[in-house]
Amino acid sequence: MTTQLMRPPVTPRGTAFRRRLADPLFNAFAMTILGFALIAVIYPIYFIVIASVSEPARVYEGQVWFWPVGFTLDGYARLLTDATVWRGLGNSLLYTGLATALSVALVVSAGYVLSRRDLPGRKTITFLLVVTLFFDGGIIPRYLVVGDLGLLDTVGAMILPGAVAVWNVVIARAFFESSLPDEIREAAQMDGASDFRFFFRIAVPLSKPLIALMIVIHLIWNWNGFFDALIYLNNPDLYPLQLVLRNILVQSDLSGSSNLSGDLASYEAAQRLAELLKYSAIVFASVPLLLMVPFLQRFFTQGALLGAVKN
Amino acid sequence: MADTVVQAQPVTAADSPHQGSSSDPQQRRSAPARRKSRTIRVLRAWQLYVLLAPTLVYFLVFKYWPMYGVQIAFRDYTPAGGFTESPWAGVDHFVRFFSSYQFGTVVSNTLLLAIMNLAFVFPIPILLALLVNQLAQGRFRRFVQNVLYAPTFISTVVVVGILFILLSPRAGLINNAIGLFGGEPIFFMGSAEWFRPVYVASSVWQEAGFNMVVYLAALAGIDPALHDAAKVDGASKLRRVWHIDLPGIAPVISVLFILAVGNLLNLGFEKALLMQTDLNVAASQVIQTYTYEVGLQQAQFSYASAIGLFNSVLNLALLLTFNQVARRARQSSLW
Repeated sequence: MTTQLMRPPVTPRGTAFRRRLADPLFNAFAMTILGFALIAVIYPIYFIVIASVSEPARVYEGQVWFWPVGFTLDGYARLLTDATVWRGLGNSLLYTGLATALSVALVVSAGYVLSRRDLPGRKTITFLLVVTLFFDGGIIPRYLVVGDLGLLDTVGAMILPGAVAVWNVVIARAFFESSLPDEIREAAQMDGASDFRFFFRIAVPLSKPLIALMIVIHLIWNWNGFFDALIYLNNPDLYPLQLVLRNILVQSDLSGSSNLSGDLASYEAAQRLAELLKYSAIVFASVPLLLMVPFLQRFFTQGALLGAVKN
Repeated sequence: MADTVVQAQPVTAADSPHQGSSSDPQQRRSAPARRKSRTIRVLRAWQLYVLLAPTLVYFLVFKYWPMYGVQIAFRDYTPAGGFTESPWAGVDHFVRFFSSYQFGTVVSNTLLLAIMNLAFVFPIPILLALLVNQLAQGRFRRFVQNVLYAPTFISTVVVVGILFILLSPRAGLINNAIGLFGGEPIFFMGSAEWFRPVYVASSVWQEAGFNMVVYLAALAGIDPALHDAAKVDGASKLRRVWHIDLPGIAPVISVLFILAVGNLLNLGFEKALLMQTDLNVAASQVIQTYTYEVGLQQAQFSYASAIGLFNSVLNLALLLTFNQVARRARQSSLW
């Protein structure tokens, strides 16, 4: 490339020649980087999937690389007969559903109201919201407030403390500002529509892309969140799936391990089954979500666009 | 956010359209009359305030009440006394933290981890976006985007679970690979020196795709005519990336950079907590995990609040500094 660059680009012919060499080099470089990135993302996930259906001893000995060795579904059998997993799944469904519904309702209504340029006090209110992005009381005062409200160890603790994210309100506001011209509202108000009526009959139906994006964002956040559960919940019966997974994956607290027999061989076998259970748990918790990525990505591209436009 | 400052005063900007053409005489009115019209406009907008009320209540209760409660950092918190009745302790808790043997470790761990994270997690998505934008079109582009993006959907708990499994010293995939090449197994999760590299690499793995999509969206907004013109002039892809794409997304980069700096000390705390083991605690104990341990596990609420407040103030100072620098440098800032 360097020798070609040194040749002065005087003739169109020389220019074309230089471009013929520079661009393939760029493409080769780009392909190498992207290929590496693709493998780095795909292979660990693929490995965990094949390991979850392989003979634990073979995985342990490092014989599993590209396809399952000694096919078995023991890990899944063990996982799906675990009561805490099912209870966690149920709790997660409940928390995620309620929290998402509440968050989306709050974000869309607040975003709409703050998009109204004729709202008295709009600047002050927006400022009060945005300040919390950059300064907050910290986890201890928040924990104490949640405690004072009597929310510890209740479903409310999983829904209320994280209900509104300022950033999403900003995105919603930008959406309404750019896609709902004042003229529509003026026309509706001329016809006697109140603010409520305009919001519910016109603004909400016109904001389907925004609502879809917000639902997706909050579903994933709530489904994947574990920290609120960790600090606000003590009762294991209320644990969401992520906290159950944490106990299995990170703390290696495997609920059935108490009924292991004493002799060493079966202890080792049980240990390996416990490892297998981890692979199954990861697949169980993530692969359904990953299969939805192509469908979900559309929403996020819209959201990224909204954010970028705003910026 | 930016336009809250750029805009004119709301009193004039908010001359609501439904008052018709009366905005001109309105500006000539005397101050009391204008105040009166403001009251009328507030009353007229009551339905808007009703729509906003639940969100405002949320912010008062879950954001501003804890901010008010941060005063327990200067008190000796007692459950009976709560935020306002517990006895004052002055700056005792801060002094205790600053003079504790943990202080130096915790602060340097936090800063090191944050800076390493920023140095790698921030630029890599930009590089990926520039490459994908130039290279991939159509189906291949969608495939690359979907794949790189997928880890965003995996929860932090599971990502850390994957780390523990793949990096396991005896039978993990990585150590099996090292063994294949004749190396000695490395106890990644149980050694302090490996904590930061593993943390940063897994953050890149998990987050790069998401941020890449943001930059791709910004790149899509660049006028294709610029590229066409450059192509006619014989510019190579590399030149076009350097002279068109990169300047085109520079405003987005600088805003995201400021935001990343502002959240420098908050990001990834959950992951540090999950990755923490007794053996790597020398590197993994950051301000926030320490706050968690002292406050929620040992119930020293006031002391932990003081540490948390120190963290918030440090964060705010970093944000303000970088915002100022960015404003000087390129006239683009958050406000």
